Amino acid sequence: MANELTEATRQKLLSRLRQILPADCLVSDRESQRPFECDGLALYRELPLLVALPETTEQVQAVLRCCHDLQVPVVARGSGTGLCAGAMPHPEGVLLGLSKLNRIIEIDPLSRSARVQPGVTNLAITAAAAPYGFYYAPDPSSQIACSIGGNVAENSGGVHCLKYGLTVHNLLSMEMLTVEGERVALGSSGLDSPGYDLMALVTGSEGLLGIVTEVTVKLLPLPETAKVIMAGFDSIRAAGDAVGAVIAAGIIPAGLEMMDALAVQAAEDFARAGYPREAAAVLLCELDGTAEEVDQHINAVKDIFARHGASTLRVSASEAERELLWKGRKSAFPAVGRISADYYCMDGTIPRSQVSHVLEEIARLSAKYQLRCANVFHAGDGNLHPLIMFDGGCVEQIQRAEQFGAEILELSVAVGGCITGEHGVGLEKLAQMQSQFSTGELHQFEDIKAAFDPTLTLNPGKGIPILKRCQEYRALPGRHQHG
Amino acid sequence: MADQSEQLRDAVAVAAAGNQALYIRGGDSKRDVCGRACAAPALEVGGHTGILDYEPDELVLSARAGTRISELQQALDEYNQVLPFEPPVYAGRATLGGTLACNLSGPARPWLGSIRDAVLGVQIINGQAQLLNFGGKVMKNVAGYDVSRLQAGALGTLGVITQVHLKVMPRPEATLTLAYEMPALRALDIMRTRAGQPKPVTGACWVGGRLYLRLSGAQSAVQHTARQWGGDPVAADIWEQLREQQHPFFTGDAPLWRLSIAPGAALAKGVSQCLDWGGAQRWMRGDLQGYTPPPGAHMSLFAGGDRNSEVRGELEPVQQQLQQRLKNAFDPQGILNPGRLYSWMT
Repeated sequence: MANELTEATRQKLLSRLRQILPADCLVSDRESQRPFECDGLALYRELPLLVALPETTEQVQAVLRCCHDLQVPVVARGSGTGLCAGAMPHPEGVLLGLSKLNRIIEIDPLSRSARVQPGVTNLAITAAAAPYGFYYAPDPSSQIACSIGGNVAENSGGVHCLKYGLTVHNLLSMEMLTVEGERVALGSSGLDSPGYDLMALVTGSEGLLGIVTEVTVKLLPLPETAKVIMAGFDSIRAAGDAVGAVIAAGIIPAGLEMMDALAVQAAEDFARAGYPREAAAVLLCELDGTAEEVDQHINAVKDIFARHGASTLRVSASEAERELLWKGRKSAFPAVGRISADYYCMDGTIPRSQVSHVLEEIARLSAKYQLRCANVFHAGDGNLHPLIMFDGGCVEQIQRAEQFGAEILELSVAVGGCITGEHGVGLEKLAQMQSQFSTGELHQFEDIKAAFDPTLTLNPGKGIPILKRCQEYRALPGRHQHG
Repeated sequence: MADQSEQLRDAVAVAAAGNQALYIRGGDSKRDVCGRACAAPALEVGGHTGILDYEPDELVLSARAGTRISELQQALDEYNQVLPFEPPVYAGRATLGGTLACNLSGPARPWLGSIRDAVLGVQIINGQAQLLNFGGKVMKNVAGYDVSRLQAGALGTLGVITQVHLKVMPRPEATLTLAYEMPALRALDIMRTRAGQPKPVTGACWVGGRLYLRLSGAQSAVQHTARQWGGDPVAADIWEQLREQQHPFFTGDAPLWRLSIAPGAALAKGVSQCLDWGGAQRWMRGDLQGYTPPPGAHMSLFAGGDRNSEVRGELEPVQQQLQQRLKNAFDPQGILNPGRLYSWMT
């Protein structure tokens, strides 16, 4: 019965969307839809009814109106690099790919801003701003591929958050389409929004509140210079204490990263960056600013690391060396991919003081679940990325990896942190939302969702658990699965 | 130090049961600024005070909403740290909750952010008398919607803020203010050019015929930049006078308008004005009937004038509808600070 209904909806939808979009902007056959079945978290896969790839905001608007009419779920997708299955298609819905909206509309050097379409990649903004002496600060590891629309949806971070903030701190305004396809401008050309800060609310909302069709981001002047210090330590605790001491000395590094032994070895094998293989932990600390400031702070940090027992210390002497030292860290994920068939990347944030305790607990869980785990850590802001290694060909190992991951998230909450620092909840962490929030708080989220999207059409089944409206929700057409 | 969250929750519950409006009052320092007049009986939050947690190494501070900003600054001083958003203290009366509700920030806003950027988590009592926690005490948190930042500038209409968790920052090693005599047009030009250079700027304003630039950061960087930029080194008072609206520009009864605008936008002509935030915030005095801000800019009647008028300006219909629905999601009976933000909001 459900299948017949689905097929009827699909046909109706197809004929309507064919009037809106050119033929090459609609993907309806199952095989061509395969590349869209998952985002960067390939554990979760699903095929949509249809994939729509509009080329203009007007087309996005028309697709939304049509889906709203037919009450068909809409899942937005940028470049598909997300790590929480937030862009996994809905089996009874449209996957709305925004990658063709990839125009840089304007760089305004006087106001230090860039106005771009959502499909523009993160790195392309920096590339376009560079001739003016500017760059866009948030730099998720996937920045070569990830889109700014996806960055907004997930409130993406990167290695420079402690000093330069997340996506939400680097936006000025956006144009959004409501679920009904109405245009609305959020933010302003200045620094304050009129009324409620809907832009802050929409940032990180995982495509549940609206579809962003244009983004104006802040640009920063390219720093005069940047240098990185690499330090090896004999214990995680010593490295953790050294991080605290840098902050206590009043220095805010541009980036402050930690890797544990397994991550160091994998990264070194992969990138040959010159990391000390025997170290229990390696810290990478980048200082940027004027030449004088960087020299002053490099010396200060070097002293702090030495005082905390660093067994190796190296300061980048050239831009090439700085890039090499970063290359190991930035390729930590693919490096782990080389020593394990599959890995599952977690994303809890914890108070920095808890890092030794949490890493000891992760080691204990690793033994319990008999799965290796490498840890890379945005140490400056407490965002931990344990990489659980498993064999995706083995159902039993997948289950163990998921249980291991769930325990890490609950541990993060237990020490005063949160289940996700920058990857988002998506489908993946929906169950853990109840360990972080009370029923009242989850109801409040649900009421916010309903204020924007009363019929729960946008990315249903992701981000927030639907508790209050559960019965009504399941009675709606196209809502038989998920949520 | 007193935890009054249960009494506050009970008071909201009683008001909700009787469909009674409440005016949320902390230190009573902002009654006549930011928002519209609100005639409802006061709910006193000013006694709900105390720093709950301060971890200098974590750069995180948590306090009850009634805690005075000046008390927070004292605590931070001990560890050589600061509130990066430089809020007004309004003669010691400004509270943490009120500062968040009004999203008030000082001259460093374009470089170090506002309280909206520094807030990590909140506890609120919504219009249904539920005590709820959002965000947390960590730097990065994307679980659930960002209800914490949503409180910034909501003027208390989405909930009674009871606790706030904030990111704090080390005090810069050195600070230096440079002054230059020049007209506004040229000052705006210089502000924009210099803000585009990778130098440690944390303030750029023009008032009373003078451009002021502030440099903060490592001693070496501040000194080196000052040598390149010239100007007269002057006392740092100007920034406090701006932050507290105590500069002579702000005295008198003429309506005080606040224009939030792209720094690249042209200067308004024939208006008495003061430029702050490197040109992104422009204060104006007097009757501005003839002035229309450029598209994308946002103008509000910050102080004085008719406080029963639409001091925050107009919204487009789609935006207005979303804001109204959001209000209903937090405060379905419309009992919290009715009319404070917009007259039509219920």
